Amino acid sequence: MNYHWNWGIFWDASPEGGGTYADMLVSGLRITLAVSVLAWVIALGMGSAVGVLRSLPNPWLRRLANTYIELLRNVPLLVQLFLWYFVLPEVVPEAWGDWLKSLRDAPFYTAVIGLGLFMSARVAVQIATGIAALPRGQMAAGLALGFTLPQTYRYVILPNAFRVVLPPLTSETINTIKNSSVALTIGLAELTARARAIQEFSFQVFEAFTAATLIYLAINTIATVLMRLLERRMRVPGYGAK
Amino acid sequence: MRIFSRLALLSLALVVPGIAQAQSGGTLQKIKETGTVAIGYRESSAPFSYLDDHQKPVGYAMDICMKVVEAVKAELKLPNLKVELTAVTSSNRIPLMANGTIDLECGSTTNNVDRQKQVAFTNTHFLTASIFVAKKSAGVHKIADLKGKTVVSTAGSTNIGQLNKANAEQNLGINIVPGKDHAEGLLMVETGRAAAFVMDDVIVAGLVAAAKDPAVFAVGDEAFSKPEPYAIMLRKDDPSFKALVDATTARVYKTEGEALYAKWFTKPIPPKGIVMNLPLSAAMKKALQNPSDNADPASYGN
Amino acid sequence: MFAHFDFQAIVHALPYLFEQGLVFTLTLTILSAIGGLILGTALALVRIGGGPVLATIATGYVNLMRTLPLVLVIFWFYFMVPYIGQWLLHAPRPIKVGGFSSALLTFVMFEAAYFSEIMRGGIQSVARGQYAAGLALGMTGAQAMRYIVLPQVLRTMLPVLLTQTIVLFQDTSLVYVLSLTDFLGAASKIAQRDGRLVEMYCFAALVYFAICFLASLAVRRLQSRVAIIR
Repeated sequence: MNYHWNWGIFWDASPEGGGTYADMLVSGLRITLAVSVLAWVIALGMGSAVGVLRSLPNPWLRRLANTYIELLRNVPLLVQLFLWYFVLPEVVPEAWGDWLKSLRDAPFYTAVIGLGLFMSARVAVQIATGIAALPRGQMAAGLALGFTLPQTYRYVILPNAFRVVLPPLTSETINTIKNSSVALTIGLAELTARARAIQEFSFQVFEAFTAATLIYLAINTIATVLMRLLERRMRVPGYGAK
Repeated sequence: MRIFSRLALLSLALVVPGIAQAQSGGTLQKIKETGTVAIGYRESSAPFSYLDDHQKPVGYAMDICMKVVEAVKAELKLPNLKVELTAVTSSNRIPLMANGTIDLECGSTTNNVDRQKQVAFTNTHFLTASIFVAKKSAGVHKIADLKGKTVVSTAGSTNIGQLNKANAEQNLGINIVPGKDHAEGLLMVETGRAAAFVMDDVIVAGLVAAAKDPAVFAVGDEAFSKPEPYAIMLRKDDPSFKALVDATTARVYKTEGEALYAKWFTKPIPPKGIVMNLPLSAAMKKALQNPSDNADPASYGN
Repeated sequence: MFAHFDFQAIVHALPYLFEQGLVFTLTLTILSAIGGLILGTALALVRIGGGPVLATIATGYVNLMRTLPLVLVIFWFYFMVPYIGQWLLHAPRPIKVGGFSSALLTFVMFEAAYFSEIMRGGIQSVARGQYAAGLALGMTGAQAMRYIVLPQVLRTMLPVLLTQTIVLFQDTSLVYVLSLTDFLGAASKIAQRDGRLVEMYCFAALVYFAICFLASLAVRRLQSRVAIIR
């Protein structure tokens, strides 16, 4: 293979100044983690709310939830990010658009919100499925005990539903981390983008991508282990997970 | 379990058409065996290499490359040589040249010593300096005026390297955003996403001329570099192909170089019929008359 | 708010968007789905009955692909596959693969991991007794798989496989990072050239939505039809 390997490249100073190529990867990792965590918070919050709406008896609320899910699920993430980043500032009143565009970290905020909402539709489907999978008697029992509907959700349905959907949520957590790389298309300097920048500056394409690959393997393995621990802690003996 | 290996082979055969043909030798040998020459072009490097109204790559560098293709046809006696076009960006052109996806890169690539460690260049076809463009209303004239602002430059270009260097050396705290290609860079300035776009002066001129309202833009008074040479990029360590491309471009530049130059820099060009209005400079005239693949800007007498 | 919306810009771009862009996207989707299903089925079979060494390798491959971002895998393949071809064929220089073949190979290899999970679940859901019955009838293991197990798996898993194909259809938009002219790539080329980001990206979103939404409705109808009563 006529490729000139140079694994020492990571300790060379990067042309951006102020650090080595390894530091570029670290800065990319930080942004990947920050975007993933914040987007995941949005995804869980919005996803749970929409998932609950979808399980309610009111048909209009169900339709609202379904519309939300279908809109976000049937457009590719990349296109959604372009809509938030390129289109939104042009269609809101000019002053707002100018403010949006003047944000120094616009790609970061766009990635957090765009990725968060995209993932929220998938979380909502999981939550709604989890609620539907619970025995019908639980809802009736809650109401019969004198709980209001919100109380039944808060103390009976949701704690059980979350336990049921924890395993699929684990894979959605990993998906959030993976999908954060799509934001390189709007100029976000996350891990994959930094690996590509190392390739552009040093031409050491395979070293840069190998490093990024190993880092993704590591963080996704850690995330999986943490979620498994959470699953074990949350397990009610003889209930929920097989 | 023979069925599994057969299935695996089948799926491999399905997705890699033509993988079976082995290849040997340099680029000329590769072109001969495949009957195809692979050209990398740019999507928004007007007037060197860009898409016309029918999304076909055209331009000054494309014309030069087609002369090289003619020479390859004659050399290999392959009248039916196929030309395969692949869009490249500043970010991926060098790895794609190294891994054989393209054989000739016909665009606006700066020839410098750093890149010569990875790829080779033929004779210089243009000289251009790295500058910045902003909106007139922004009132930025010097590099120092960009302090603390968001500035875009194309990922993988020499320009973003120079911007990074200036930013670090002069401690400007510029928020540098990489753009996918040149068109996106100017568009980010036009829509107010970035305060300025750092790029080669000729590329900026081409983009501004084609913009909705060219009058809103102003070029900075200070440059990031001296005029540097552009050249068509080739694979490294391939002396027979480089000799052919060098001889062809030298002949073309000396005989029809000025006419080709005039076609793209002083006359209306597709798709909108704009005129670059960049008459041949003394340095450019010299570069065409004395073809050279020297990466040193000083060797071009400017 | 849409005061400057230029429908003419979209109309003018329609032939390019559909004849080049969408055709590219659909071709890539369909070929990747077929290739991914074949390779994914092979991986699933290896994981279930391929012996401990092969099964571990196949599982490792599936987990690796499911851990990495698709964007990173797309870059890897575009730059790496020519060298792998050179190494496999002992060629003196990298094998030219090209944009489309590289993208196709990427999606086949990447989606195979996801299809293999679906097929594995399906194969395990078919009662073992059926496979044993096939062997008892004198079939070889491969024949029992081919004529008894896999047809049932394909039938029950068809809706899930098609849903995964819709995801794949959306994922192909990521070849944008290679500057290939898929549907989004075509839209973005026009958008950038003419400065019509709002029009082109809104239109692209609308087309993706329409196709994916209608396709998922069709899959849901199919689901109720093919369900086998056990």
